[in-house]
Amino acid sequence: MAEIHIQGLRKEFPDGTVAIEHLDLHIADGELFVMLGPSGCGKTTTLRCIAGLERQTSGNVVIGGEIVDDLSASERDIAMVFQFYALYPHMTCRDNIAFPLRAQGKPKAEIDAAVAEAARMLRLEPLLDRRPKRLSGGEQQRVALGRAMVRQPQAFLMDEPLTNLDAELRADMRTELKHLQQRLGTTMVYVTHDQVEAMALGHRIAIFDHGRLEQVGTPMEVYERPASLFAARFVGSPPINLLDVELTNGALTAAGGLRVTAPDGLRRGDKVIAGVRPEGLTLLPPGAEDAVGARVISREALGDETIYVVEAPCGQLHVRMPPTAPYAEDAPVAVRFQGGAPPVYDAASGKAVAG
Amino acid sequence: MAVNLQPREVASEGIAGETAPVPGVVRRRRRRVRGIVEIALLTVLAVIMLFPVVWMLETSLKDQRDIYAVPAKVFDFSVTLDHFKNVFASDSPVVEGFKNSVIVAGSSTILATLLGVPAAWAYSRFKIRAKKDQLFFILSTRFMPPVVVVIPIFLMYRDLGLIDTTLGLILIYSAFNLPFTIWMMKGFVDEVPAEYEEAAMLDGYSRVEAFHRVTLPLLVPGIAATAVFALIFSWNEFVFAVFLASSDAARTAPPAIAGLIGGTTIDWGLVAASAMTFAFPVLVFAFLVRKHLVAGVTLGAVRR
Repeated sequence: MAEIHIQGLRKEFPDGTVAIEHLDLHIADGELFVMLGPSGCGKTTTLRCIAGLERQTSGNVVIGGEIVDDLSASERDIAMVFQFYALYPHMTCRDNIAFPLRAQGKPKAEIDAAVAEAARMLRLEPLLDRRPKRLSGGEQQRVALGRAMVRQPQAFLMDEPLTNLDAELRADMRTELKHLQQRLGTTMVYVTHDQVEAMALGHRIAIFDHGRLEQVGTPMEVYERPASLFAARFVGSPPINLLDVELTNGALTAAGGLRVTAPDGLRRGDKVIAGVRPEGLTLLPPGAEDAVGARVISREALGDETIYVVEAPCGQLHVRMPPTAPYAEDAPVAVRFQGGAPPVYDAASGKAVAG
Repeated sequence: MAVNLQPREVASEGIAGETAPVPGVVRRRRRRVRGIVEIALLTVLAVIMLFPVVWMLETSLKDQRDIYAVPAKVFDFSVTLDHFKNVFASDSPVVEGFKNSVIVAGSSTILATLLGVPAAWAYSRFKIRAKKDQLFFILSTRFMPPVVVVIPIFLMYRDLGLIDTTLGLILIYSAFNLPFTIWMMKGFVDEVPAEYEEAAMLDGYSRVEAFHRVTLPLLVPGIAATAVFALIFSWNEFVFAVFLASSDAARTAPPAIAGLIGGTTIDWGLVAASAMTFAFPVLVFAFLVRKHLVAGVTLGAVRR
């Protein structure tokens, strides 16, 4: 168990592609740290640099207070679960799980006990003598986890481990994984492109884009205060509403007169982009006070809530409403902003300005 | 194209009351005729292709009188195994050749595999400067027909004292098999995901150990197929053998069998029996790896 420091990490591939421009990260001991971003954003490369499978161009990786730049993957005492599990196809599950312990030359009795313990925790006992080919995706996933945890490494690295499972199983495994990490208390670095997974699992989330770190924060910080337009767009479903607004008369006003509470620190006449979550808007009957007219384009009744897309003078807006909301498709409605001041962004830089 | 508008069954069975054959029936008849013609052509082809082999097999089993019988006795000859006995007799001029062939083909195949598999792994897994050019260069050593290079190699071998030695043949066959082994094995290694090795390295094994414990076992079918190809090449090779090893001590089976022809009398029974004996191992091996022969053509197909 250890903390992981990444200092000034840069990775440039021989063909000139810059996978990571410059990265500083501190992952605390026992933390479940999620690296989130679209494909090609540098999150997997970062993970591979931590693992020692990829050598960074510059910068340091420090695990448990020790600089590990010159240590090979096998010497770093960390375990990794791959997207395609990478279970050794010619070995039984038992041998797969025992494999890292055999590398350490542990006595057979100790290995057997450790494998049995891991199998019990992951409910793999009946499958131990099977080959990976004869297991379902979820079972293969658990064997891969067993192989990772049996050695009690300093940290777990997870490279999109749930991507290849079907939706139902993915939710189950997510819960199981989180529970497992809590019980073991081992530092875990988890890479995913799925923002729901990131929100559900992470103690903290790091959002990557084009080899740069956009934001690091707890799931709620990332959701409520995205540090950039990219982070704002990437997290949240239905997506955030980005409104071109101008500060007039003490409020941010969008085209058509939709008024949004202004954060401190803006000057009159400032033009910014406000990031308003779907729950920051509400629908009212047409003509309601302090609201702008709009028309319902689509309506998704999800049971516990209903998501409306409405056409307003400032563009299409996503609005999250309770299931009791009575508006039909194509109906005229009014949209009003509710809640505290939203984060605002500079249109040119895409970075948060005030609030 | 009106036919296509109605269901297939209706089209092919004709409409009740119609007497002239409808297009569907004609088509079906045409298909049957085509099938018969195909089979007939293939039969003719098979007879032509197999005739020399069958003739040789018959010759090896006929006794001396029947071999020279005119007209040839194709079916009603008496079967004898004397010629095969002669092949392995202690005074046989070819038995030594077979021994040498086993040594030369076996050793050169082992050597090419031992060198070629790690090389293929390296070319598949590592970033190597000018990798494609290197691989092309390696393959290009096979572009030259043996006949073209055999004279310079003869001169080099003479100076090195490798003429008329099995070692000389082992080395030249290894050199010829190595490019093939590297290319074919690279295809097989490419098929094994690099993640297996990465996982093994994270599990605490060095890169070489990871290769040895994880990748190598998965390559066994590919190695077997590649080795059989190399073995067949070394076993069948004639040009180098005839130029570089002419003495009885080092001569392999192909020149030894060829040497039976010539002189005043030719023992055709012995020639045929030797040739059959010579062809047998190749046929067996080719049969054993027939699945992989196809896989080898498409370069690599490890079943996962």
